[in-house]
Amino acid sequence: MHPVVTLVVQRIALGLLLLLAVSALIFFGVEALPGDTAQAMLGQSATPEALANLREKMGLNDPLVGRYFHWLYGFVTGDLGVAMTNGMDIAKSVGQRFGNTIFLAFWAALISVPLAILLGLLAARYNGRWPDRLISGVTLATISLPEFVAGYIVLYFLAVKWQIFPAMSMVFPGMGVFERLSAIILPVIVLVLVVLAHMMRMTRAAILNVMQSAYIETAELKGLGPLTVIWRHAFPNAIAPVVNVVMLNLAYLVVGVVVVEVVFVYPGMGQFLVDHVTKRDLPVVQACGMIFAAVYIGLNILADVVSILANPRLRHPK
Amino acid sequence: MLNSEKPTPDLLQINNLRIEATSYPPGEPPRDVVLVDDVSVSVKQGKVLGLIGESGAGKSTIGLSAMAFGRGGVRLTGGQILLNGRDIRTASARSLRALRGHEVTYVAQSAAAAFNPAKRLMEQVIETSLHHKLMTRPEAEARAIELFRKLGLPNPESFGTRYPHQVSGGQLQRAMTAMALCPQPDLVIFDEPTTALDVTTQIDVLVAIKAAIRDTGVAALYITHDLAVVAQVADDILVLRGGKKVEYGSTDQIINAPREAYTQALVSVRSIDHVEKSEAPSVLSVANVTARYKGTNFDVLKNVTLDLPAGQTLAVVGESGSGKSTLARVITGLLPAAQGRLTFAGRTLSPDLASRSKDDLRELQMIYQMADTAMNPRQTVGTIIGRPLEFYFGLKGEAKRARIQELLDEIEMGAGFIDRYPAELSGGQKQRVCIARALAAKPKLIICDEVTSALDPLVADGILKLLLNLQAREGVAYLFITHDLATVKAIADKIAVMYRGEVVRYGSKTDVLTPPFDDYTDLLLSSVPEMQLGWLEQVLNHRKMESADN
Repeated sequence: MHPVVTLVVQRIALGLLLLLAVSALIFFGVEALPGDTAQAMLGQSATPEALANLREKMGLNDPLVGRYFHWLYGFVTGDLGVAMTNGMDIAKSVGQRFGNTIFLAFWAALISVPLAILLGLLAARYNGRWPDRLISGVTLATISLPEFVAGYIVLYFLAVKWQIFPAMSMVFPGMGVFERLSAIILPVIVLVLVVLAHMMRMTRAAILNVMQSAYIETAELKGLGPLTVIWRHAFPNAIAPVVNVVMLNLAYLVVGVVVVEVVFVYPGMGQFLVDHVTKRDLPVVQACGMIFAAVYIGLNILADVVSILANPRLRHPK
Repeated sequence: MLNSEKPTPDLLQINNLRIEATSYPPGEPPRDVVLVDDVSVSVKQGKVLGLIGESGAGKSTIGLSAMAFGRGGVRLTGGQILLNGRDIRTASARSLRALRGHEVTYVAQSAAAAFNPAKRLMEQVIETSLHHKLMTRPEAEARAIELFRKLGLPNPESFGTRYPHQVSGGQLQRAMTAMALCPQPDLVIFDEPTTALDVTTQIDVLVAIKAAIRDTGVAALYITHDLAVVAQVADDILVLRGGKKVEYGSTDQIINAPREAYTQALVSVRSIDHVEKSEAPSVLSVANVTARYKGTNFDVLKNVTLDLPAGQTLAVVGESGSGKSTLARVITGLLPAAQGRLTFAGRTLSPDLASRSKDDLRELQMIYQMADTAMNPRQTVGTIIGRPLEFYFGLKGEAKRARIQELLDEIEMGAGFIDRYPAELSGGQKQRVCIARALAAKPKLIICDEVTSALDPLVADGILKLLLNLQAREGVAYLFITHDLATVKAIADKIAVMYRGEVVRYGSKTDVLTPPFDDYTDLLLSSVPEMQLGWLEQVLNHRKMESADN
């Protein structure tokens, strides 16, 4: 078999194994918390008889390992169970929230990733001169700003003072794509500002590192212009480190944006999770934890695979 | 590209060139240094000018100035560089980009580093022709394939579809030559194009380059530190030292009637006459040793048997990949042998390093090719040499310092160096400090792994003389690993020729170097460039086998 196929299959198998370990961690971690679902549903004043009855009914007295596999099987087949607080199907409510989160993350990524790479290339091209300093300075400033501060600044100017965009990013089922897009412009701007610097600085550093190589001098001595040298000869050799940082930021866009969601009242996964943590709705917390873990691990596997495919030594062995 | 209005001007004419750079010595304010001063040369169409000198002579700097390129912070500060009749020293960046890769192209020393690892060879070879809009893609590809064929590359039709890591070093160097010739330039700069290659590969590449220059009628600057190599390809030679001209004349005159003392020294370098010593009891015996690296199923050493008499030198010769450095790793215990026996100073050496006694470690020392990386740059010479004195003999304070000074005297450097850092030393001095460090342990055997390969010929000569003097005085034996046969002749008492993990010839120096030869030894011996015009053509006529690299 081609060594790349072997490597990719290995990475994916490793990722699945890791996901299995995380699922165990989430399930048993939540189980280890004091009190259980029955206690949480009936409250502190419940009589022992009522508790015992409910536990019996919910199967909470079954062996722990058995319940874990039952839960895991349900998860794999798309049955996430029922929310404790409102009795709704978790898969359905999470699915809608997850769709919203992905929608926001997708547009933020679509703008920030090409922009970050472009700025990184430009900063490397003008290394040490004013365009580099300007780009580095501005992105450093935006990353240093806490998300909610950036959010409120953007809100103040674009929504309150000049009233260009809506302040609330409410989206609901049945909304048209353009309405949705105009609703999420402000959170997208904030997210782009937050993730831009990291990716841009990594692109710049990776390219400057490659620029020390002898083959860059060869390219210069061919009479190629500086941007051609960077784009054609330096960037293909800087993909691996850049991709890893890009994927970390994409993962952040999916699992870490709760503050931005709160600021703009956006119905995404982050808010959903926080709501159910405060209500001690353990099945929902477990389901959200698993989804976040899967996204994180999946994107990192993708980064590994892209790095493998970008390496000509692995793609074309001797 | 010749300007037809002028009467056949020289293709390249450099007048009173001055090149400067800013140096940043540690702990001192930066200062300007002159790298090249008042150098004038000219190259006519279709002619080859050889630039020769030691490292730091400014030969690469002058070579790159023909493209008005300054590596790092190098500045071309004075004089004229006339290419096709116009001064390019002060030309704009845009017009320089137009001539680089079009009128002048460049072949780098290490093709392995100079090719982009992420792109196919064909893409890189024709890039210049397409970028400067000299040819259409099919035309450029056809020309590249024709050049691949001319340069003797295997499967010229499909060679370009490979990536740099998929072909050998000698092939890459030829591909680089094809890349330089593809846009049909007026001038090609060859910057040490064969230095990084094995001697048996070098000769193939040299032949290919010479034929390509002849067939395409291109002019060339050929930069090298090896006078014997440049004598084979150049019409004229400029000898440089410290950025200044030493001597400039026809190849015939420089080789056969050098006027300057420095040129004479270069021509007659490696004049050490070493008479082999008579038999003596052995200090190291290697018996039937076989070794392989972890995770491979290939024996790097196959049934190697050797004997090194006490106080003598055994030279191990072979090209890269022949297993000579692996032999050193096996003897030092870094790579435990899979089979076989090592006997050292009358006792059996355990195969792996961890289970050897302190005396075993002390009596078996090693010196490396790269003195630079073999020393801690943050330690002074005194600390570096003092460490084995402390570790093996427990010397401290005054006694240690006295012994360090003694050792510095032995390596002909003097006590003044005791508080210097490696960065303040020259290449030869660094290697001397490494020798002193090995000597400090009072070893019975020192393994020297290519210790003179990275040094200029005259400096290397000094190191070899020092090693021979130390051997006469201290009675230490050397296992001398090298690919350079001139070095072998200068220092060896016994010789082992290695080829693909096996010892193909072994005996006293006279026996090994006296015909009849086996095929490989013949190839190796006949591949060493000789300082003689027309040597390259002669040697091609009676070769029996190809080098392993092809």
